Amino acid sequence: MNHLLSIEDLDREAIERIIAQAERFSEVSDREIKKVPALRGRMVLNLFYEASTRTRSSFELAAKRLSADVVNFAASGSSVEKGESLKDTVLTLSAHKPDAIVLRTPWAGAAELVSKWCSAAIVNAGDGKHEHPTQALLDVYTLRRRLGQIDGASIWIVGDVAHSRVARSNVLAFQRMGAKVTIAGPPTLIPRGIEQLGCEVRYTLDELPSADIVYALRMQHERMSETWVPSMREYAAWYQINARRLTARQILMHPGPVNRGVELSGEVVDSPQAVITAQVEAGVVVRMAVLYELLAGAREPRPAADRPADRPADRSTMAETSVLGGSPSR
Amino acid sequence: MSGPDRLLGAPTPSAELLLCDVRVLDPRAGVDARRDVRIAGGAIAELAEPGTLQAREDEETIAGDGRLTLTPAFFDPHVHLRTPGQEHKEDIESGTRAAAAGGFAGVIAMPNTDPVLDSAPLLRSLRDAAARQARIPVGFLPAITRGLEGEQLTEMAELRQEGALGFSDDGKPVTSAGMLRKALQYQRLCGGVLALHEEDPTLSRKGSMNEGAVSAALGIAGIPTVAESTMVARDAALAGYEDARVHFQHLSCAASVEALAHGKAHGWRLSGEVSPHHLLLTDEEVRTMDTRMKMHPPLTGEDDRQALIDGLRSGVIDCVATDHAPHARDEKEVPFEQAPMGTTGLETAFAALYSGLVLPGIIELPLLIERMTAGAALFELPTALIAAGEPANLALIDLDAVWVAGEHGWESRSENCCFAGRRLQGRVLLTLAAGGVAHRDRALAMVGA
Repeated sequence: MNHLLSIEDLDREAIERIIAQAERFSEVSDREIKKVPALRGRMVLNLFYEASTRTRSSFELAAKRLSADVVNFAASGSSVEKGESLKDTVLTLSAHKPDAIVLRTPWAGAAELVSKWCSAAIVNAGDGKHEHPTQALLDVYTLRRRLGQIDGASIWIVGDVAHSRVARSNVLAFQRMGAKVTIAGPPTLIPRGIEQLGCEVRYTLDELPSADIVYALRMQHERMSETWVPSMREYAAWYQINARRLTARQILMHPGPVNRGVELSGEVVDSPQAVITAQVEAGVVVRMAVLYELLAGAREPRPAADRPADRPADRSTMAETSVLGGSPSR
Repeated sequence: MSGPDRLLGAPTPSAELLLCDVRVLDPRAGVDARRDVRIAGGAIAELAEPGTLQAREDEETIAGDGRLTLTPAFFDPHVHLRTPGQEHKEDIESGTRAAAAGGFAGVIAMPNTDPVLDSAPLLRSLRDAAARQARIPVGFLPAITRGLEGEQLTEMAELRQEGALGFSDDGKPVTSAGMLRKALQYQRLCGGVLALHEEDPTLSRKGSMNEGAVSAALGIAGIPTVAESTMVARDAALAGYEDARVHFQHLSCAASVEALAHGKAHGWRLSGEVSPHHLLLTDEEVRTMDTRMKMHPPLTGEDDRQALIDGLRSGVIDCVATDHAPHARDEKEVPFEQAPMGTTGLETAFAALYSGLVLPGIIELPLLIERMTAGAALFELPTALIAAGEPANLALIDLDAVWVAGEHGWESRSENCCFAGRRLQGRVLLTLAAGGVAHRDRALAMVGA
């Protein structure tokens, strides 16, 4: 594994391997000195084009516990605000020869693009509304710790799927691990064609009691430029996970930060079914495992890091393909 | 309304050529036969049985040996030459050089330049530039509304006097039905085709690709096909009501073809175009988030693609138009959602369609030639014809030549071609436009001269 760009690239075996490694690292978090020398002398660059507290600090903590050097580069207050392109920023920062770049951007596919521009291992920490693979890994880890296996489990992902990179990564990851996934939410926030990922789609919570795990998504005010639901009040009336809807045998998850009173009622956040703080805790060990997998595992030696900056990107190496991929006739 | 020459190009020496034993293929002239063809003084002088015309001292001879095909040169009613203001993407010289390399002898440039082509003085300066720089004749469609803002008509009558072929707000829709109706009414005074980019912005919103399973999987906001088709239906009805002449640009979905067919069945004066990329590619190509696959309208689904092919075959869609839309490398080397929309297409149009539609037997070669030349008549321009006495607007094509798009670079200033890297069959070796040699492939063997 050279990069972690999307869950789509991972098979079950790779997910199992990362989770097993995270379990080994969880013991480190309980020590008095929470540090191992696994990545001593390595440099991890956090490049964040979007505001993030928990994901960024979780990656920073993970890298530091592995004894790596960490540099944080936030897009605001930097050359990015002066109009530098993503590519130029990445090439510039690559001059410092980071071993890994943890990248969050508001643009789908950005992590994959960056992986073609530099020789560092790229970890996608969220690319637009596309994917957030480490969130999905830590969610699988959390469930595995709680339940053992999730094969055959019914997992409902509820809320604003359209604007959620967490939803997309989790649909893929939960399915890879053998669970059956249903997504539910207001029709305006369920993307047309999402069922082709292999999940069921529901527009009400009538069948929610059949779920073993309820995964509520954050209503992303900051990502919503338009009115998608008539009001937060109406959203809450139909889709809020509250004590009336959540049964005692169900597990409740949420990627945080929670809007209390919107997607979750206060009482369920604090209920024993909720594993929300366990998810946060899992974030550090799973990200340690990801960095370890990329930087200390059986990786191929990297190509020379000092690729000339003015060299055209990989698009110049064009694979020869025929004019039409599929069969052109009916 | 009579006006000046509507197409302008730089003067070129009149071709003096003898094409020996070429397959002459012109569906309009009813010819598909091996011939010797003499071009003299920039016009088609003689067509004769192969082996019967003798080379003269003052003319170049090209040996076809029965392998090369001579067709009327193509016409593209929809290109972006990016001049004025965006010459880092393309200019009149580079864009028409790309067109000539693709076998085109005429193109129509869109007005979404910087500044927008919306005034007579700007049109005059562009036509002056074309008369000095264009490798093949160029026509212009100034904007329907000032600044493409959809609020106030341009001075359409004066623009027509200055040589406007018609009008378009391409790149943007005329969102207000009332505004478009005024333009349709005003057409009675000034003439000229109104070419429409159809898109309901309240439906397309901030979408970057077609709405469907691929956009859902990528988490990229989708543009539903109804954003286009509802506007085609609306504007067809308006054109029918005002008895106006309307051309629909870059149609991309089945419902739009149906709306156009419906309007034509009423006898409304409508026409439509489709791009090679919408005929050959679907939104599956976007899965890799290759920004060369980002265009406006976006690549759609397989059912839509099939409906476009059917529409082209039946004639509901009148012609092929490339919507050649160059962008600089650094503008396209960004995440998909940030990238500008558009693909280049002039240099690959024929070869891509020949490889993707003719070779697999989906459409016949004569039909493709017809649809790639039909755009001129839609804009009230003469159609290239292979007959004695006609001006030489010709493409000489090696239908067996296999090449990889872009492997030796591009004539266009930009390289954002959705077919780049694909193996194509069929290569234009020689293009004659307005009687002169506009393009000659380096591989073209010649004898004499």
